[in-house]
Amino acid sequence: MALLEIRRLTHFFGGLRAVADFNLRLEGGELLGLIGPNGAGKTTVFNLVCGFYKPTEGDIFFLDKDIAGLRPHAVTAMGIARTFQNIRLWNTLSVFDNLCIAQHFRLGYGLGDVVLRTGRFVTRERHVRRTAEELLEIMGLRHYAQERPGNLPYGMQRRLEIARALATQPKLLLLDEPAAGMNPGEIDQLVETIRWIRESFTLTIWLIEHHMRVVMSVCERVQVLDFGQTIADGPPEAIKQDPRVIQAYLGSEELSHA
Amino acid sequence: MRRHRGLWLYAAFSLAILWVCGHEMLTAYAQLVLMFIGINIILSSSLNLINGYMGEFSCGHAGFMAVGAYVSSILNVWLFTSHKVFGPPVLSPSSAVYLFPLTLLAGACAAALAGLLVAFPSFRTRGDYLAIITLAVNYIVKSSVENIQAIGGARGFMGMRKVIEEMEAVWRIPWIMLWILVFTGLTVWVLHRFVSSSYGKGIVAIRDDEIAAEIMGVDTRRMKLAAFMLSSGMAGLAGGLFAHILGYINPGTFTIMKSTEVMVMVYLGGMGSLSGSVLSAVLFTLILEVLRPLQVIKWVVIPLLLILLMLWRPEGIMGDRELTDVFPRLRRWFSADKGDVHGAP
Repeated sequence: MALLEIRRLTHFFGGLRAVADFNLRLEGGELLGLIGPNGAGKTTVFNLVCGFYKPTEGDIFFLDKDIAGLRPHAVTAMGIARTFQNIRLWNTLSVFDNLCIAQHFRLGYGLGDVVLRTGRFVTRERHVRRTAEELLEIMGLRHYAQERPGNLPYGMQRRLEIARALATQPKLLLLDEPAAGMNPGEIDQLVETIRWIRESFTLTIWLIEHHMRVVMSVCERVQVLDFGQTIADGPPEAIKQDPRVIQAYLGSEELSHA
Repeated sequence: MRRHRGLWLYAAFSLAILWVCGHEMLTAYAQLVLMFIGINIILSSSLNLINGYMGEFSCGHAGFMAVGAYVSSILNVWLFTSHKVFGPPVLSPSSAVYLFPLTLLAGACAAALAGLLVAFPSFRTRGDYLAIITLAVNYIVKSSVENIQAIGGARGFMGMRKVIEEMEAVWRIPWIMLWILVFTGLTVWVLHRFVSSSYGKGIVAIRDDEIAAEIMGVDTRRMKLAAFMLSSGMAGLAGGLFAHILGYINPGTFTIMKSTEVMVMVYLGGMGSLSGSVLSAVLFTLILEVLRPLQVIKWVVIPLLLILLMLWRPEGIMGDRELTDVFPRLRRWFSADKGDVHGAP
C-alpha cells in the first residue's frame, strides 16, 4: 500500500491550467523532492494535497482513502502536515501556544469540558502541553517558549514551522521551500534537521526546494515540474543530467548559446 | 479553596452588595448604575470574543441583546402573569423564583441561535463584508420586533415588573441584582476559561492567520460557530437581564447606537483583553453617569474623549494584556489563571 497515491491530478485556475495530469506514488519512508521553475505548479500540488484547493480532476489517495475535497483540517487529522513558503505562524500567540494549537483537531474535549474544567479537559490539556514542551526541547526552541514567533531569528521561525507541523503528528510532512531566504549556515542546519526528524519521527517527507544543494543532499528521488507537467522523475544524479530539466531551467539549447 | 480564591472573592463581593441593597443602604439610583455596569460587562466581554480575540468586526451586538430581551420577557410574562395577549398565567406566579434563571437562559439560547445568522456567512466572508452582515442582522431583528404587534411592536413590551414583584413576594431579596451579579460573574468566568484553553485559542489562531489555522488542524468553521454562538448567547443574557431592570423594553433601545456603545467599550478596554473589557465597562458606565448633568453635550464630550484615547492609546487601556500580566501579584488571587493546568502540583 502506497502512503500517498495521486492519479491524473489536474487543476485549473479559471482558464489557466496550473497542474496537468500529475501522477505520483509515494511509499512510506521516502524523501521526495519536487522542483521546477517559478510558476511550474509546485505549491499548487501541495495546496491540492492538503485540501486547500479542490482538484478540478483526479484522485488523491492517502493510505488508500480518497482525500480529494476533504477540508484542510480533516486532511491534517489524517496525517498530512505542511509548512509554508512564506512563513505563516500565529504571531500574537506565544511559540508554545503555536505548538499547542497545532494539536487542536485531537484535543479530544469540547466547550463543555472547557467551561466545567472536567477531568478529561485537565488530562488532555496536560498531554497537549507536554507534547509542545517535548517539541520545544528537541527542536532547540526551549529558550523561545514564551516569545512571539515574529521576534525569533529567521532560521528559528522556519524551525518553529517544522515543529508546529510535527505537533500534528503527521505521517507525511510537506515542506514548501524550507530553505527560502536562509544563509548557507542556516541551510546546513536545515539539512541536518530534515535528516534527523525523518529518522526520529519515521516520517515520509516531500519537499519543494529551489536550493539545489538541499535537494541534492537530502532527496532520494526528485520530480521535476514545468508548466504543470511532470517532465522528469528519478534519482537526483540522473535529474541533474536530464536535458529536459536543463532546458526547463536554463531555456533551450539555442537560447543559452546565443 | 486556594484554587478558587477569585471565585470566593467575587462571591463575598456579591453578598456584600446584596446585603447593602437589601438593607436599603444604597439609593435606587446607585443600584441602577451598578446593574448597568454588570450588564455592560457582559456585553463588552462577550463582544470582545468576536472583535478582539477572533478579529472579526461585529457591529450588531444589540440585535442579539434584543432577541434575548424579548424572548425571556415574553416567556416570563406568558408563564407567570396575566397579560391581555397571552392570557392568564400558565404556571403559578410564585414559581418564577425558581424558573427565572431558566427563562433567562432560554433567551440566551434564542440569541445564540440568532447568532447563526452571522456564523454561517462568516464561513465565506470576513472583515468589512461580515461587518455589513452583522449590521444587517441588527436591523433585521429590530424591524422584526417593530412589526410584531402582539408584543407591542414599536411601542415596546412591558409586564416584567410584575414578574419581579411576584418573586419578591416569595422572598424579599433584590432578585434582579442577584441574577445580574451571578450572570456577570458566570460570563467572565466562562470567557476566561474559554480563551485560556488551547481549544479557545484556536480563535486567536484564526485571527492571526485563518489559512494556517485551517491547514494546521483547527476546524475553523466549528470554532466560528462556537465563538459566534457563545458571544451572541451572552449578549442575549445581558438583554434578558436588562429587560427586567425597568420592566419595559422597546425596539428603539436595540439599535446600531447600542451596538456602537458596546464596541466603544471593547476598544476602550483593549482588544483581546478580558480584564480590559471589564474595566472599560465599569469606567464607561460611570463616565456616562458622571457626565449626565451635561445633558446633550455629553454626546459631544464622550466621543471627544474617544478621539483623544485613539490618538494617545490606540490599543485601549489594557492593549491585549490582562490585569494579571500588569500586576503579577494578582495571580495569587486568581490562581485559576492561564497555565494552572500546567503548573498544578
